[in-house]
Amino acid sequence: MADQKRRDFIGMVFGGFAAAGGAAALYAMKRTWDPLPSVMAAGFTTVDLSPMKPGEFRTVTWRGKPIFILKKDHTDLKKCDDADVKVGEGDYLVRIGLCTHLGCIPAWEPGKQIFKCACHGGEFDACGANTFGPPPRPLDIPPFKIEGTKLVLGEEGPEYKKLVGKA
Amino acid sequence: MAQFEKANSVYEWLDQRLALTKLTKVLMTEYWIPKNINFLWAMGVVLMTMFKILLISGIFLLMYYKPDTKLAFDSVNYTIMQEVWFGWLWRHMHGVAASVVFLVIYIHMFTGIYYGSYKRGREMIWLSGMLLFVTFSAEAFSGYMLPWGQMSYWAAQVITNLFGGIPFIGDELVIWIRGNFYVADATLTRFFMLHVLLLPLVIMGIIGLHFYSLRIPHVNNQEGEEIDFDAEAEKFKAGRKAEAKVIPFWPVFISKDLFVLGVFMIFYFYLVFYHYNFAMDPINFDPANPMKTPPHIYPEWYFLWSYEVLRGFFFDVGPLSAMDIGLMAFGIANVIFFLMPWLDRSPVVAPAHKRGPFFIWFWVLLVDMIVLTIWGKLPPTGINAWIGFFASITFLGLLLVALPMITKQEAKRAGGAA
Ligand code: HEM
Ligand code: FES
Repeated sequence: MADQKRRDFIGMVFGGFAAAGGAAALYAMKRTWDPLPSVMAAGFTTVDLSPMKPGEFRTVTWRGKPIFILKKDHTDLKKCDDADVKVGEGDYLVRIGLCTHLGCIPAWEPGKQIFKCACHGGEFDACGANTFGPPPRPLDIPPFKIEGTKLVLGEEGPEYKKLVGKA
Repeated sequence: MAQFEKANSVYEWLDQRLALTKLTKVLMTEYWIPKNINFLWAMGVVLMTMFKILLISGIFLLMYYKPDTKLAFDSVNYTIMQEVWFGWLWRHMHGVAASVVFLVIYIHMFTGIYYGSYKRGREMIWLSGMLLFVTFSAEAFSGYMLPWGQMSYWAAQVITNLFGGIPFIGDELVIWIRGNFYVADATLTRFFMLHVLLLPLVIMGIIGLHFYSLRIPHVNNQEGEEIDFDAEAEKFKAGRKAEAKVIPFWPVFISKDLFVLGVFMIFYFYLVFYHYNFAMDPINFDPANPMKTPPHIYPEWYFLWSYEVLRGFFFDVGPLSAMDIGLMAFGIANVIFFLMPWLDRSPVVAPAHKRGPFFIWFWVLLVDMIVLTIWGKLPPTGINAWIGFFASITFLGLLLVALPMITKQEAKRAGGAA
């Protein structure tokens, strides 16, 4: 009997070591698949908004994604207090330019004042709201911080938190 | 204890050490196949051959392919296609084989469904086969990414995005799978690893399992007849070959297999030399551009039916958004065939034309999947969206509701008759 207990104990110790080693290996594998530090660090883009003219539409790149910026003050473009970004006097729409359906890039149609997604016909208005088709929610807001007339994409400033209700 | 004596030939020397004679018997000359089967039973050997062709052509592509977002497109479209002697041949063989392999997989699957070859001891054959289907799908998806054209890029973008639909961890999971915030170099290199090493290894392992799982139940036959393989094999070995219901795999059955394979290979090489374009989407001859979506994105033909199930649900129902319903339906469509042996509640193993309502069910399912495939490529607007919707509902209804009901009735009737 004593002998059996000893064997059980050795078996359990062996099993424990093997499990710990297995867990460590899995962790290493998971980390290898994680985005690299350089990828994470490259996650910021700064845009100076002061040269933009009313009604101008620009696309900048942040983390490989298109970011739509539309300057709406001094135009008849629809404005929304709960969706626009205010920088100084300016009133801007700042959105990730990927359709919230399956990630195609919608096109800005200034005549109709909508973003039109060619993939499955989704539409968004000048406030980024989904107004037609399969997209389940408005265009996403990228995390941003305002520094004077500059927009820093990738950092969560107070204006961003207020906009997404995270304050 | 093994006997090692002086061997009189190289064969004998090897036989003493590796039991070659016994091995050939077990795997070939005494592996018994029913006589009562038709050309549809040759699809397995066709699939095996296509996999070997993919492996060999893939190895030659690998000599010049460069897994780097800056180099991949040119390494395929310039180096392999224009410079390497016969590079175009390997590429066309690889692309065409990757496409027709799915045609054969679907024929193989539907043969199994038609003859009820997924039950009465054959469940493991079916399950391992479905595992092969899933790993082949992953293999094809990862391979499609490699040439880094517009379709490669946007298919990768849309498909990896699907994981974002998983509750709570979705967004992080997508970044983890891509190794970046968007489909980028890290994504290409890891899917390259999957495509050329890990998945082929896994596929080979599962092929082994698939063959092994055939060993005990043996292949089914045209009537679903339960054959006593030991008794029939004795008859064959005793020389009563006409009377025996079985023949050995080697050299008898394989000769029929090779004939079907021969016909298929003529078709395959006809496609490779004269008709390879269907496997080479023109949009993929534009290099990947993360800042410009092609106007219309669709997967390769073999994924269209499940893609259409994903798109089929285009309106919200109560608290569920159209997108979530689509994702759930798509998830179900991708695993539902695994459950075939349990969704079929009847013990009857017989060809569909002897199973009454099941026969109708079979053809409705086939036609529905063809409809899904055709509509999967059309833009989902107007009437098309509704056809997609009804075909998707029909698909789910056929498998989740109709099949258990029909087969339960059949089980009752069979029970009554016995
Ligand atoms: C172990 C075997 C395999 C190796 C080493 C291999 C290797 C490669 C390589 C290097 C490429 C890029 C060159 C090109 O695009 O033509 C490629 C592409 C591709 N592979 Fe494979 N492959 C293998 C098996 C498979 C299998 C089993 C499938 C699918 C069932 C498959 C499907 C594809 C597809 C769809 C492409 C894109 C073809 C194209 O656009 O031309 N491969 N493969
Ligand atoms: S991706 Fe825009 S509507 Fe589907």
